[in-house]
Amino acid sequence: MSDGWRSAALHGAVLAILIAGFFVLPAYHEGALARSMVLAVFAMGFNLVFGYTGLLSLGHALFFAAGMYGLGLTMAHGGLAAAPALIVGVICGGAAAGLIGALALRTQGVAFMIVTLMFAQAGFLTALYFGEWTRGDEGFVIAQGAREIGGVALSDADARYLAALALFAVVFVGLAFIVRSGFGRALVAIRENEERATMLGYDVKRLKLQAMVLSGALSGLAGAAYALLFGYVGATFASVQYSILPLLWVLLGGAGTTIGPLIGTVLMFYLIDFTSGLTSAYLLFVGLALVLLTLFAPQGVAGLIRRRLAPWLP
Amino acid sequence: MDFGPHLVFALIEGSVAAAVLALTAVGLSLVFGVMRVVNVAHGEFFMVGAILAWWVATLVGGHPSLGFVAALLVAPVLAGAVAAAADWLVLKRVDYDPEATIVATIGMLYVIQQVALMTFGPDARPVEPPFNERIALPWFEFGENGLEFYYPWGFSTTSYKLFVIGAAAALLLALWALLARTKVGLVMRATQMDRDMALAFGVPVERVYMLVFGLGAGLAALAAVLITPIQQAHYLMGGDPLLLSFIVVIIGGLGSIGGTVVAALLIGLSDGVISIFFSPTLAKIIATVAVALVLVFRPQGLFGTRAA
Repeated sequence: MSDGWRSAALHGAVLAILIAGFFVLPAYHEGALARSMVLAVFAMGFNLVFGYTGLLSLGHALFFAAGMYGLGLTMAHGGLAAAPALIVGVICGGAAAGLIGALALRTQGVAFMIVTLMFAQAGFLTALYFGEWTRGDEGFVIAQGAREIGGVALSDADARYLAALALFAVVFVGLAFIVRSGFGRALVAIRENEERATMLGYDVKRLKLQAMVLSGALSGLAGAAYALLFGYVGATFASVQYSILPLLWVLLGGAGTTIGPLIGTVLMFYLIDFTSGLTSAYLLFVGLALVLLTLFAPQGVAGLIRRRLAPWLP
Repeated sequence: MDFGPHLVFALIEGSVAAAVLALTAVGLSLVFGVMRVVNVAHGEFFMVGAILAWWVATLVGGHPSLGFVAALLVAPVLAGAVAAAADWLVLKRVDYDPEATIVATIGMLYVIQQVALMTFGPDARPVEPPFNERIALPWFEFGENGLEFYYPWGFSTTSYKLFVIGAAAALLLALWALLARTKVGLVMRATQMDRDMALAFGVPVERVYMLVFGLGAGLAALAAVLITPIQQAHYLMGGDPLLLSFIVVIIGGLGSIGGTVVAALLIGLSDGVISIFFSPTLAKIIATVAVALVLVFRPQGLFGTRAA
């Protein structure tokens, strides 16, 4: 079997398992998996710049929040319908990433991390500053009646799972094609050796910016979808923690793999779910996971599988 | 209060903040300068210092100054030891790779913060200042009888706040003396200039790194001990000092100690003034965007000369 077919089979199998989950999972886990799939879209967006292009951004919460507020504010204050508001969210995420990327990509390494962190912090503070509209940390709720697309009420648990699955499937398969395309391979070339990529004639700056915008748009899509499906918009989603979490998910699942973000998101959700039953200090486990991953498994779960069992893993 | 006294009041409050910030930020700057790594857990060592100060002060009892002096001696040493252990256990093993270090110290941030939550609890707790006389400040006015002095209502500071400013200045001088005038300082500066050459000359670079990481954390803890009598100890208090230290270190030029002190004064004072006259949130938005732009367009910092 060629690598292309193996990859197609793998992606098909993952989606089949998720569809099967809809029929067999009890209500609580159905909700948990729906949430994880939306957050996995965020993680996949982050993975495009971190895992494939080799840019470590510490400011992706800003793009997630841009999508979330893009949808939330236009729906709550502008009276926009859900479908166009979702598009506004995606545009907000992509535009924010384009703007920040144009500035931050002038720097490299540690400076890039700090610049993205600072812009995201400024974005978070801005959300607090305009508390009159955003209601700050407290956040606001999107009216249940407005949360529907094409007559399907997305506040219903089953519809929510299927909507999350559809969204995840489109991004999952779409990215699988993108990372195998010339564009995706050029990004990997930049990650591996930026100077050589420049020498070979790739417009490295332009490619990096395109990766940032695509990644920001996906993060914005995830943020907007999260607000739409779960009905809540709050400044917590713009805080530093939500820039760290996608990094953790991707590191845990495996950076630079298509399947890693989903593995990381689901594993981390259940780890936190399990430990928060034991102690209120569940963030302790987030911290421990980060330290242990850096020390012992920088390639993550899918990275280990790729190295030990399946070198063809996309 | 009128504008004049109000401004002077803001400047005094800002000086206290600037003094504590300078100590904290110099710790971060030292670590970056010598080790070329960014310690994201720096604010948590500040928090550990504050919590240890509360713990020691409660344990010692008696007159507040006894507990305070004990805290001043014990807290930085313990916080430094924790940091040195973290350096040995984690950072050395990732070979001080800049990006891996940031991820690992983010992990440490959560671990330290959550351990503090589990042991110290979610409440904010005060430490009593060793002395705290209120000092009313005079203001002048040109009236019908020429120059007149009077004491505007609420225009005052405390002896402890003045002590904090003096103590921070003395500690910064001591640090300068350590770096510029002692053998240990010489070894640190040699490691900063050229790690490989220092190693070739028999400098135990790994031990220097451990010492510097511990010293940086100790400085943050020391700053926290000084501030706890004014601001209570709380397990989430590390966030602001971290953000402000980042801002200061970047504006001052990464790794330049002198630039860091100047930037701390600048940021502390302007933060004090902007926060009193405008919204504190707006002050922070301006500061964070300024930092990002400085890094993009002037990576050597406003006062630095070396490239980042």
